Amino acid sequence: MITETKGPISTPASVDLNIDILEENDDLAARSRRRMESHGIACVNIMSSPGSGKTTLLERTLTDLNGEIKIGIMEGDMTTELDADRLRDCGAPVVAITTGRSCHLEADQIAAGLNTLEREGGLDRFDLMVIENVGNLICPAAYDLGEHTRVVLVAVTEGEDKPLKYPIMFHGADCVVITKTDLAPYVRLNVEKLIVNIRQVNATATVFAVSSETGDGMDTWLNWLRGQRRPS
Amino acid sequence: MPHEVDMTKALMMSLKDWYSQQTERWPVRRVQLLVGEFTCVEPDLLRTAFAKQKLGTFLENAEIAIRDSPFIAFCRNCEREYKPDINLEYGCPECRAPLDEIRSGRELKIEKVDWDIPVGAER
Repeated sequence: MITETKGPISTPASVDLNIDILEENDDLAARSRRRMESHGIACVNIMSSPGSGKTTLLERTLTDLNGEIKIGIMEGDMTTELDADRLRDCGAPVVAITTGRSCHLEADQIAAGLNTLEREGGLDRFDLMVIENVGNLICPAAYDLGEHTRVVLVAVTEGEDKPLKYPIMFHGADCVVITKTDLAPYVRLNVEKLIVNIRQVNATATVFAVSSETGDGMDTWLNWLRGQRRPS
Repeated sequence: MPHEVDMTKALMMSLKDWYSQQTERWPVRRVQLLVGEFTCVEPDLLRTAFAKQKLGTFLENAEIAIRDSPFIAFCRNCEREYKPDINLEYGCPECRAPLDEIRSGRELKIEKVDWDIPVGAER
């Protein structure tokens, strides 16, 4: 009797890829960074939890600088343009980026935002591009947008332990700004302890405190911002 | 919406790019990922998102295998590696120097793809 024996119909094989999951995002971010550099623009990515005072700090910044630094704004929000409108009222060119259900900005949205600003009057009119990321201390940390520096805000109302709960975000910051310091007496926050916790996850970031309400510390922040401009 | 959904989109995009560049394309059976402990990615949510997003694509029959990469920091003072205690203590356990250099745990990589080459098509 003849029996038919079936051999394997395919052979398993492995291919080494070794590519970053976010490679496409990171390539686009690198391109935006070079593009901004070619126009003499430095880019700052501001991140924090919702309600830490990003928009209020930017309002005060635009008002106090009164045109001294030419700032363009990319405003990330999940649904509304409310924050973008507030900043437009301060006289800055603003691109509103609504992310829909997504909780962070990605590099393609910034590239598109740069296209919009270029179309509406060119990029040479800016010294500084400020990205206000979606309020969230988790995933925005993973996405390079083409920025040169990262600023993380933490309000005194948020408690001392935020840096320990969101270490990735605080570890990646070049500058940490403690906001709403005028409220410190009412919320029993130990600012020293907050700074110790920031230091635990970040050895090198510049750390300072401001109140956008009273203006305390605004000089330090504005000087830091002035220092971010690219040498012309 | 968990950010693993967007992360999976990026993953699928990178794989699609790679796949389209291949001269010979075989059915992908498994995608091997390396995910660091010090990233915002939760492996289970990545698996769930992948199971949904792969439908109707060339990855429909593929599964993902995730290898964890431990969070390891390096203390320049003590010149030694240590494992930070997530949520509790990130600085060096010996000298208390802050978290600085990270040696492992930030990876978000596609390491390998396993596929089935039909008999007779092997090079």
